[in-house]
Amino acid sequence: MTSMTPSVLIPIAPGTNRNAELAIAFEAAGAVTAQVPLEAIRTGETKLADHQILALPGGFSYGDALGAGRLLGLDLSGWFADQMNEAVEREMPIIGICNGFQALVKAGLLPGNQLASLTENNNGRFECRWVTLSPRSSRSVWTSELNEDLRCPIAHGEGRFVGDDAAQLVAADQVAFAYVDASGGPANGSYPANPNGSDVDIAGVTDASGLILGLMPHPEDHVFRRQDPLRARRNAEAGTGSCLGLFSAGVKAAAS
Amino acid sequence: MSDTHTTRTVGSAGEMADRAFVIGPGRDDRSSDGPKAKAHMLGIAVDRIVEFRVGHIRSNLTTEETARLADRLLIEPVGQWWVDRDGHQPEAGVIVVETGLRPGVTDREGAELVRAAAQFGLPIEAGAVAKRWFIEGQLSPAETELLIERVLHNDVIERWAYKALPPSHADQGAVDGTTAFITLTGLGYDGLVELSQQRRLGLTGDEMVVIQEWFGEQGREPTDAELEMLAQTWSEHCSHKTFRAVIETDDGEIDGLLKTYLRGATDAIDAPWVESAFVDNAGIVHFDDTYDLALKAETHNHPSALEPFGGANTGVGGVVRDILGVSAQPIAITDILCFGPEDLPPADVPEGVLHPQRIRSGVIAGVGDYGNKIGVPNIGGSILHDPSYTTTPLVFAGCIGLLPRGSNPTNAQAGDFIVVLGGAVGRDGVGGATFSSQSMTTDTADVAGSSVQIGDPVVEKGLIDLVLAAREMGLYTAITDCGAGGLSSAVGEMAEVLGAEVDLETVPRKYPGLAPWEVWLSEAQERMVLAVPDPGPLLELAKKWQVEAAVIGKFTGDGRLQVKTGGVNFIDLNTTFLHDGRPRLRLKASLADSPRLPRSEASEDEAMSAEEILLAILAHPSVRSNEEVIRTYDHEILGGTVIRPYGGVEQDGPADGTVIVPPGTATMGDVGPVAGAVVGIGSAILIGRHDCEAMAWAAVDEAVRNAVVGGADPDQLSLLDNFAWGNPTHPETLGQLVAACKGCHDAALAQGAPYVSGKDSLFNEFVVEDGAGGKTRDPVTPTLIITAVGITPDVDKVPATGVVSAGNDVWLIGPAAGNLGASYHDEVIGTDLGGPVPAPNPDAVGHHRQLFAAIRQGLVVSAHDLSDGGLAVAAAEWAFAGRLGLELQLEDSQVGADAIMFGEGPGRYLVEVAPDQQDRFASLVPAADRVGSVTDSGELQLTANGQDLRVGLESVGSAFKNTAITSEVGQ
Repeated sequence: MTSMTPSVLIPIAPGTNRNAELAIAFEAAGAVTAQVPLEAIRTGETKLADHQILALPGGFSYGDALGAGRLLGLDLSGWFADQMNEAVEREMPIIGICNGFQALVKAGLLPGNQLASLTENNNGRFECRWVTLSPRSSRSVWTSELNEDLRCPIAHGEGRFVGDDAAQLVAADQVAFAYVDASGGPANGSYPANPNGSDVDIAGVTDASGLILGLMPHPEDHVFRRQDPLRARRNAEAGTGSCLGLFSAGVKAAAS
Repeated sequence: MSDTHTTRTVGSAGEMADRAFVIGPGRDDRSSDGPKAKAHMLGIAVDRIVEFRVGHIRSNLTTEETARLADRLLIEPVGQWWVDRDGHQPEAGVIVVETGLRPGVTDREGAELVRAAAQFGLPIEAGAVAKRWFIEGQLSPAETELLIERVLHNDVIERWAYKALPPSHADQGAVDGTTAFITLTGLGYDGLVELSQQRRLGLTGDEMVVIQEWFGEQGREPTDAELEMLAQTWSEHCSHKTFRAVIETDDGEIDGLLKTYLRGATDAIDAPWVESAFVDNAGIVHFDDTYDLALKAETHNHPSALEPFGGANTGVGGVVRDILGVSAQPIAITDILCFGPEDLPPADVPEGVLHPQRIRSGVIAGVGDYGNKIGVPNIGGSILHDPSYTTTPLVFAGCIGLLPRGSNPTNAQAGDFIVVLGGAVGRDGVGGATFSSQSMTTDTADVAGSSVQIGDPVVEKGLIDLVLAAREMGLYTAITDCGAGGLSSAVGEMAEVLGAEVDLETVPRKYPGLAPWEVWLSEAQERMVLAVPDPGPLLELAKKWQVEAAVIGKFTGDGRLQVKTGGVNFIDLNTTFLHDGRPRLRLKASLADSPRLPRSEASEDEAMSAEEILLAILAHPSVRSNEEVIRTYDHEILGGTVIRPYGGVEQDGPADGTVIVPPGTATMGDVGPVAGAVVGIGSAILIGRHDCEAMAWAAVDEAVRNAVVGGADPDQLSLLDNFAWGNPTHPETLGQLVAACKGCHDAALAQGAPYVSGKDSLFNEFVVEDGAGGKTRDPVTPTLIITAVGITPDVDKVPATGVVSAGNDVWLIGPAAGNLGASYHDEVIGTDLGGPVPAPNPDAVGHHRQLFAAIRQGLVVSAHDLSDGGLAVAAAEWAFAGRLGLELQLEDSQVGADAIMFGEGPGRYLVEVAPDQQDRFASLVPAADRVGSVTDSGELQLTANGQDLRVGLESVGSAFKNTAITSEVGQ
């Protein structure tokens, strides 16, 4: 089989809630998807090995009890450690968005080479607003071919990325996305372009292999033009949202 | 007290011990709504308040093992630390206080701690979290306690202690309560009334007599559970007895407000798009050829007054559950919140009442928390202010659902099993229905404390996934939610025709110690009851979705409701008596006519320039931007949001109607027109102070205007009504309600828009006893909220929020001037200058249709309706949203310039149209006049009868966004 349609496994932990639109985004990018309760993976009814992409959606897994993404992170690094290791060895593209990113970080899979965390926004509140993202990493299979800024919403209370040495991630080409202002200029930590106060404006990171991507904003909410709040003010002739390419890149990487 | 826990040796494995960890660093919140700011508002000169978290673990693990658990579960790897509580001492002079949930209150973190520890291989017996406060400053003990009671904790659900508080899991293990019989035999009328009051049943003397007679016929006394169940089923909250009552007026009898006016309008309109109205948990209307929308709007006022976070939280949970109760997927939430003045001096807050700021921040956090966690976008609403909302704050929460046509089964059969899904039963939420149906007094907070609950949105999210999966598989024959009244109302309703048998011992509970009637009546947000022919597959599915499920009985077909515990019935009621036995209420209404005085001139003192008036209205608490609030709600989730509550260049201009594409209804990609659901909301509380019938017309018109600007077809709208009123046993209060209902009826009929569901909340008044046997009433200002839901055939043609291009023409639909009676103009100058309130305009319906026709043709670039503050305010908001300018000239020699600038009335819109579409637009919208154009001046220039109003966008922005002038405006 030379060109297959990759299947995306989208696990739903108790409290996961952005699974449906993530599935739609991947389907719009040409994949098939399986939204499955985490318990079905735990019991072995569903196997990660039967899929080509793992996508961890946003939400409040386990109610964000004891910290956002922490308990799902424990699942990944504990209960599912074998399956995760096997997936990494198999070079499976993995994406975690918002709560999924928090879980990947708390499981130690991202950034992978230093301690990091996603913690309370600088303004201490949950916040939902559109942001502009500049794709930065040439290392990530998800972002290396993106050449325009992405626009999509954030919706989180604990999205401030802090690392032991965030500057080192820039040097290592592991910053997948940086927050920028509406015209593409650096946010330099200023609100609201950098909405949560993340170190060096980091919105998303990749691991060293380039296969695992995590980001706080929600690209799955801008894959159609109708989702764009500024559509009346932009003369975009294309019918798609600015983030569809991200999902297409992951699907392409999984299919090759 | 707590020392016994913390000083115990925890080193030896095998012995059960408690260990308390303090997690740092502490949070020193200096924000304007943080604890320190709130303390200063109370006049407490505190220097610093630092908040730490405490984690409690009860286990038989070793010290080293519990430390490992703390490392992994309690703290972040970067930037956080833990220390044993004994080792966490402040510097001298710092006051240490701990606050935590009362035992039995939903504690998700504690439960997750237990679950995660087990998964981690280090099982613990119990877990809990709490807060630890370091308070710095020269505070007297009285001040400290005031600070704790008013700012740091809420006694309804929490408790506190100096230095160290025992964990909330510490004192469980009570013994189950038993059933008691209540003697009715021999009680006279007064005795029955007294009994009803004593037990806070909320039953009238006449109702108690009927109950006494029925049990007399059975030859026995009722059990406490039967009496509570009757009180709940017959409560205002559940049976809407005021809306069903016979009302005597000077103009003759009204055969029920619901039947005559609300359902009356719906029946008369007989709209083909209505699948069901007023029958189930929610109304159901068509979306397209395949899908229906389920619509519901609820009130959750009484609980929100006592415990703002929990009250609002469960208000959202409740309305979402109503939608799930008709097998629909919840796809959007709305909320309208009503608060007292934020700057109310603390000394003016009545005893037993929380400060409006405390209520506001709690309610907003509660609405956001539930919606964000359950994953349903909050797409609209508003925040209203009135002095009467200080003692009776209001929370209206609405929800829209989506379901394939005909997919909600409603045919339970005798022999079907009763399955309860969701959260286990606790003592929280006992008596919610009866408490919500009575007026509040200074001691309500103490007496009704257990009526308030904390929601658990994660459990409800699981319920949604499970129920929708079960629906697809056809696993149930009927479904309803456990609302106020818990299993009593849910099973009671479902068994109305068939009858049922329930074994209470099979009902999952959070902890022992509950009396049977408490288990039967406790409300939990996150619980559904289903009729299931074969429970096996459903129980299997529930396991997969990690939702608790239990078979608790079955439907019998004998028309009796029997509930037993320990093999003995403690409820044995005939369902006909339960549901139809209540004597119909008769009430008197006085339809007072208070004529308006002719309009007078403002005095010298009151005179303000047009610019000052405009900015004052923009900064008025009921008008100004709520963007900061909306940003704490997720309005994007599900990916269907097209028009958001705030839009424009910087996403800070107010939209009118909001629009979503229901998930799964559109084709993949952007091919062909995509239809959207549109929500418009209307209210007119200023008019309601003078004329409730006119208020209803104005509220319906505003809801319709908002929907039409959102692109909705005005000839396919469905309405929801929400009333919040005072005590209807007062004839003048009921008279206002009658007037409002009549207005609702007439306005809906004129528009051809049926009501499909609604909710009334009565007894919203605060009663203070003056000590001399007298009572003072403080009823809520008559509050009617109308929600209009419609369909836009093509979301690409929906007008933008805010003006888009300089050089485009501006058209005004409707008359140049409006009314100044009961207007925001008079509100901000602080004087009622008289004059008529806005009257129904028979042309308004035509205006809505004409605008829609132009939108349909793609001629409308942007639009904004004229609402609070009239033309000047609408133009200012519209220009600000687009970061452009407007130049407008209007003339009407019959009125003054102020009636053109600030007059209010129905059926008016500002519309932006490209110059080359002028002829097409003019022919489709004969009610429109060209009044000016969009400019790039960054200024609103409005000339009315030769008088100029010029305001820059910066002034507009700082007034509207409340950054500069609100303190000068005041109220």
